[in-house]
Amino acid sequence: MISVRSQDGGLVVAGRGAWTAHFAGALEQEVDAALAAHARPATVEIDLAGVERMDTFGALLLERLRRTWQTSGVVPRVTGLAPKYAELVEEISRTGQEPPPPKRRTEELLERIGHTMVDVGKDAMALLNFVGATVAATWRMILRPKSFRFTSMVNQLDQVGFRAVPIIMLITFLIGAILAQQGLFYFRRFGAEIYVVDLVGVLVLRELGVLIVAIMIAGRSGSAYTAELGAMCMQEEVDALSVMGFDPVEVLVVPRILALIIALPLLTFIGSMSAIFGGLLAAWSYGGITPDVFIERLKYAIDLDQFEVGMYKAPFMAFVIGIVACLEGLRVGGSAESLGRHTTAAVVKAIFLVIVMDGLFAMFFASIDL
Amino acid sequence: MDARTPARHAEAVIEVRDLVVGFGDRVILNGLNLDVYRGEILGFVGTSGGGKSVLTRTILGLVRKRSGSVKVFGQELGTLNEKERSLMERRWGVLFQQGALFSSLTVKQNIQFPLREYLHMSQAMMDDVAFAKIAMVGLKSDVAEKMPSELSGGMIKRAALARSLALDPEILFLDEPTSGLDPIGAGDFDELIRTLQQTLGLTVFMVTHDLDSLHTVCDRIAALADGKVIAEGTIATMMAAKHPWLQAYFHGSRARAVFGAQG
Ligand SMILES: Nc1ncnc2c1ncn2[C@@H]1O[C@H](COP(=O)(O)OP(=O)(O)OP(=O)(O)O)[C@@H](O)[C@H]1O
Ligand SMILES: [Mg+2]
Repeated sequence: MISVRSQDGGLVVAGRGAWTAHFAGALEQEVDAALAAHARPATVEIDLAGVERMDTFGALLLERLRRTWQTSGVVPRVTGLAPKYAELVEEISRTGQEPPPPKRRTEELLERIGHTMVDVGKDAMALLNFVGATVAATWRMILRPKSFRFTSMVNQLDQVGFRAVPIIMLITFLIGAILAQQGLFYFRRFGAEIYVVDLVGVLVLRELGVLIVAIMIAGRSGSAYTAELGAMCMQEEVDALSVMGFDPVEVLVVPRILALIIALPLLTFIGSMSAIFGGLLAAWSYGGITPDVFIERLKYAIDLDQFEVGMYKAPFMAFVIGIVACLEGLRVGGSAESLGRHTTAAVVKAIFLVIVMDGLFAMFFASIDL
Repeated sequence: MDARTPARHAEAVIEVRDLVVGFGDRVILNGLNLDVYRGEILGFVGTSGGGKSVLTRTILGLVRKRSGSVKVFGQELGTLNEKERSLMERRWGVLFQQGALFSSLTVKQNIQFPLREYLHMSQAMMDDVAFAKIAMVGLKSDVAEKMPSELSGGMIKRAALARSLALDPEILFLDEPTSGLDPIGAGDFDELIRTLQQTLGLTVFMVTHDLDSLHTVCDRIAALADGKVIAEGTIATMMAAKHPWLQAYFHGSRARAVFGAQG
């Protein structure tokens, strides 16, 4: 696309063809080759009479030729440039005068570890702060019950509670059935098949029911909360609320968290029943334990305490899930990537905290002999 | 204005015939006809919510039409295969009403995105191109490393224009390019569009409400009302038109301030 020849002790660079985006890659290589081969010619003439078409890409490469030679002390003469491209070439030579800004740095490993540690601390503070803001907003609402967003809460209740019922029932049913089937397998060796009822009853009511439902809800509704609030942040909707004198926590967060606090115990109850039903069917078909025997044994194996232990935990887990999800949602920055990152963080943190809380509750209930 | 008036027989690069577009039971465009000629800057005006953005999106193939035909470079978009379509898409650049920069990329990466995809060139060349486009749209070079969320509304517009120019397109679609810019910035912007149009033989389809732009850069104006193009031609044609909306638009107090002498 360019040819270089010596003439009268100087250099003539003749261009031809289309100096356009499509050929820019090839042209660039030729330009760089010419510059490398003739670092310091006496005089240079760039003859563009043969160039049929030119766009910004071609003009940029012309500019590169010109500038590189200029810095080594030779001022090239440009001839034969079609008048219609003169303005473009001028425009391009105007650009690129400013030095490029420094690149965004990427962090080194050690730096990242340090930042992560600091972030964990800040996260904990932010969480506490947010719990405070939510409790304060709830308190204000109790003082002015009229300002409570009942419609919004009912809508959320429908989303996170009612619509979650089928999937919760299905999953807990399967887990109850698997538990019973596996239990039978081991108890049979000791001829103690009937104990499978104790296993399923206690495990589901005390631990598994609430834990599985909470984890499912953290994934299902926690992520939805974060995405909803995050998208609102990105569109400046949250800012719009604040400047109109509303407290975003009061309008957006409290109804969502209350909805979860109501929904999770109900779902835990439904899920636990469904799991026991699954256990019953598995015990019947695998172990020949008929339903009436199963229920008889269940009455004997569990008491109200077991059931209460599970149900007490549910609202606390709901609160943690809601707080984490809403907090992450409100921290979303301007980009789609940030939305994804915070949604992931919300689900991971919520599940982690749910399990940690379950452990704390286990220790607590053990120490009060429940 | 004479120098900029395109030849009457110029080739139409966009041809819209009897276009009908609707959503649900609402018809937005109803039998619309429009030609855009090579090398002209067409200003497209109409009521807010009248369907200007919808028309743009239909030409670009983002909205399905109910009937009629839309030809760009003489080709019906619907009949192209994937490869032909991608070739076509390299030949136009689009500035969306909200900018539509990729929020997770820096401005520089946004501009280089189509380059990386379509052309094979060194990183140094791509940087040169990005900085040239950034300077061309009147931004400082330190904007290059910023994320879109760190820019002001006007800067987003400019950065998005830089991205739409990345591949040196033949047709440029602009949806309200000067809204959100200060009057001087808007003037520069108009100037820039004219420069580009002259140097690259660009064809510009510009949806705008900016009377200054209509006055200073547009070769021709088309007006949309009731789902149709009700008038097209120069400012003088528009001002002579009888349609009440055009009367209000081109003889309002703002219009008088701009067109003073003629009004
Ligand atoms: N995806 C969609 N679904 C349903 N209706 C739509 C959709 N997109 C646009 N509309 C409707 O089409 C009409 C025209 O919208 P359009 O965005 O084209 O307006 P416009 O002329 O660009 O207005 P403005 O000057 O405010 O940008 C509006 O009434 C809008 O409600
Ligand atoms: Mg619009």
